[in-house]
Amino acid sequence: MSEPSPEVPRQPTGGDYAPSVAERLAVYQRAGGIITPLLTTIFAFLMGGLVVLATGHNPISTYKGIFDGTGLNYLWAGDRGLAEFNLQQTLLVTTPLIFTGLAVAFAFRCGLFNIGGQGQYIVGAMTAVWVGSSWAGLPGVPHAAIAILLAALAGALWAGIAGLLKATVGAHEVITTIMLNWIAYWIGSYAFGQGGPLQNKENVSVPISSDVVPNARLHVWWGNAQLQGLHIGFFFALFALVVYWFVLNRTTLGYEVRAVGYNPEAARYGGISVARNYFLAMAIAGIFAGFGGAMDMLGWQFRIGVLDIQNSTIGFIGIAVALLGRNTAIGVGFSALLFGALLYGTSTRSLDPAVFPPELAGNLTLMIQALVLLFVGADVLVIYVWNLRRRLRRETGLPAEAPT
Amino acid sequence: MRGITKRFPGVVANDHVDFDLLPGEVHALLGENGAGKSTLMNILYGLYTPDEGEILIKGERVVMHSPKDAIARGIGMVHQHFMLIPVMTVAENVVLASEPREAGVLLDYNEAERRVRELAERFKFAIDPHARVQDISVAQQQRVEILKALYRKAEILILDEPTAVLTPQEALELFQILRGLIAEGLSVIFISHKLDEVLEISDRITVLRRGKTVATIPREGATEQELARLMVGREVLLRVDKKPGTPGEPVLIVENLSVVDDRGLPAVRDVSLQVRAGEIVGIAGVDGNGQSELIDAITGLRRPAGGRVLIGEQEVTTKDADDHLEAGLGHIPEDRQRRGLVLEFTLAENVALHDYDKPPISRWGWLSPRRMIQRARDLLRRYDVRGGGPTTRASALSGGNQQKVVLAREVERDPTVLVAAQPTRGLDVGAIEFVHRRLVEERDEGRAILLISFELDEILSLSDRILVIFEGRIVGEYPPTVSAEELGVAMIGATREAA
Repeated sequence: MSEPSPEVPRQPTGGDYAPSVAERLAVYQRAGGIITPLLTTIFAFLMGGLVVLATGHNPISTYKGIFDGTGLNYLWAGDRGLAEFNLQQTLLVTTPLIFTGLAVAFAFRCGLFNIGGQGQYIVGAMTAVWVGSSWAGLPGVPHAAIAILLAALAGALWAGIAGLLKATVGAHEVITTIMLNWIAYWIGSYAFGQGGPLQNKENVSVPISSDVVPNARLHVWWGNAQLQGLHIGFFFALFALVVYWFVLNRTTLGYEVRAVGYNPEAARYGGISVARNYFLAMAIAGIFAGFGGAMDMLGWQFRIGVLDIQNSTIGFIGIAVALLGRNTAIGVGFSALLFGALLYGTSTRSLDPAVFPPELAGNLTLMIQALVLLFVGADVLVIYVWNLRRRLRRETGLPAEAPT
Repeated sequence: MRGITKRFPGVVANDHVDFDLLPGEVHALLGENGAGKSTLMNILYGLYTPDEGEILIKGERVVMHSPKDAIARGIGMVHQHFMLIPVMTVAENVVLASEPREAGVLLDYNEAERRVRELAERFKFAIDPHARVQDISVAQQQRVEILKALYRKAEILILDEPTAVLTPQEALELFQILRGLIAEGLSVIFISHKLDEVLEISDRITVLRRGKTVATIPREGATEQELARLMVGREVLLRVDKKPGTPGEPVLIVENLSVVDDRGLPAVRDVSLQVRAGEIVGIAGVDGNGQSELIDAITGLRRPAGGRVLIGEQEVTTKDADDHLEAGLGHIPEDRQRRGLVLEFTLAENVALHDYDKPPISRWGWLSPRRMIQRARDLLRRYDVRGGGPTTRASALSGGNQQKVVLAREVERDPTVLVAAQPTRGLDVGAIEFVHRRLVEERDEGRAILLISFELDEILSLSDRILVIFEGRIVGEYPPTVSAEELGVAMIGATREAA
């Protein structure tokens, strides 16, 4: 070893090893940097534009209408007051998406595909409403704090069930979290439904909860509290992004989670308990989602109805947020803003009907969401096909451009 | 091939390499990992175009743009990783891309099978054309690859590290097949970094070092020592220089250990052994005789079904892996890429794999990347790890350097007992020498080393005592002076009754 050897090419990894789909997805998720998510988004918008064109509208003015409706034009908008209001609403929607996005992303970093963000968000929301609408005598700040903490705990318990099942008997987290989503859905439908134990007793024909007492509501720091201004939960969400990064990269817990996510066998060899981390990663994911539910309830909704529970998709959009954001803190932040803006910008309330009919625009959002998800999935596919093609070409000698 | 030069960004993979092949010979291409062997052959097979130089086949100058051109000129190549379709039969795989057709579009399967059978008989391949590729052994899959080349009328067959995936017995069978091909007038280029194989099979040997031809020599008169010197560029100690050990107290004690494998079948049966401080105990055996399960049970990665394991003074039989580590175990695992390293982690993170949760790397659950990197930098320098620094991902390193990282981590923990499983698998001569030297040094430091290897040479040159494992049982103990033949016989169970 006395003289330098030449650059040694990377050795191929063992050929027999067949990683699971989640593992593969996790690997590709790390591989692409910022270019792929950007391209993914652009493609999705281009495709969406084609659909707008097909309906006989102008895609450019439609997108401009949506963009103006989000309030992201705040700094140069003609009508500052309207843009201000719109931006508040966009950030209001972004806040829970950051939380549910982190819930999916954190589990992903441990090699787990958490489809259960929705259920965890709902149990968090229900707990927050329940606590927030009871104990009216408590002073405001402790009341809100207790509601938030119990909501996070509820989310952690909910996700923890899936984590525990994975860790102890190996039940696949995709299956169990989907089941837990439905359990949360029906528990909520029963509890707040007509005659349910938590239904608002003042009007028994409306399946809805009691209101969160004014004391326990989150402070609105921007805009009018009566007009649904932006509450301080937005800062909690930004703080959660920082916490996410710190936990993953600067704590022994994060080290273990990442080691298990990348290579469970090596983690076990290193003395790390894989089962323990599966449980913890899910429980922490649930904390994030539960927080998200609490923010919405204590920040601006103040009550939850059976219809809210049944129609909410915040947890599911969190999957798209995490995938597009590549499970990084900054990526989740930006993709939550993108989806938040899309959701609000295409809503009936914000989009000018002269530009594009809002009832169609809601579908446009869903479509762009679906396209983003499809393309995020597709780049996994593209990389896979690309590698396969190279291997096959080497073998069969099919005519192709000479590799250089 | 004359004056072939191929540059990649930042590296000259082939620097005016000359190579010639005579009809009916086996010509070995020898060199360390990264010496440019595969690049040269990929050029010949049309996968790369050379930046300079020319290729002549039968005196005619040819330019090849793709493997299709190479195949048309009678060149076939068997890659390290097979390119077979597992769900298809042997016959279907062989005829793929030039299938006999029926009515222009349909595969004439019977014709395909007939042709493949004919081919296999002519070259004396024992293979069933009707078997599915996923059901046959790796050695047989390799034969399918060779058949594919023959089916496409190859006259020159390139084999890229063909024995890397084979057991010694299968390697001998492969050599038999190659001799048959030579007898039929084909020429074979045999890429390898294993000296003994090259001396066994080839007629001439070309040695590459850092992209340049060092020498082309006939097999007659060549020695392993000389080839190693040509490959590495300096004298290499093939035999480890080692003084007799001075063993102390037993620090690894295994008593009546039984372990079952993943299918619940007994893999280790009633094994008892002891390793004393300051000695290397080698476990020799053919792959699959319970070695993996034995290692797992000793290192806490698998619960034994019965018996006891003691490390130092502590009983760790039913404890977890981290308790074994606490008790003073170091473990160089069989598979560094699946178990020894988290490939996506940086080298600094990998070095911290056992003590990320202890000061000074972390306090109160908080990691210090700075201290992690500092320590790794020092370690990488002392263990001569090349190809990256503390913040390089482990996956970017060559196998030899990856193994040095594992070795560094395990030895620096200052373990009482070091379990070294296949510590030099896949490494080239220079790196093997380094690992062997370190292991002997660690023994002299007073560590107890349990060495598990399929390489008899390694066992013989490093061990102070040799145990032979067969079908999960220790079937004999031998001094290091035992002959390889005697060990080989014991390894296939022939002395089981005697022992």
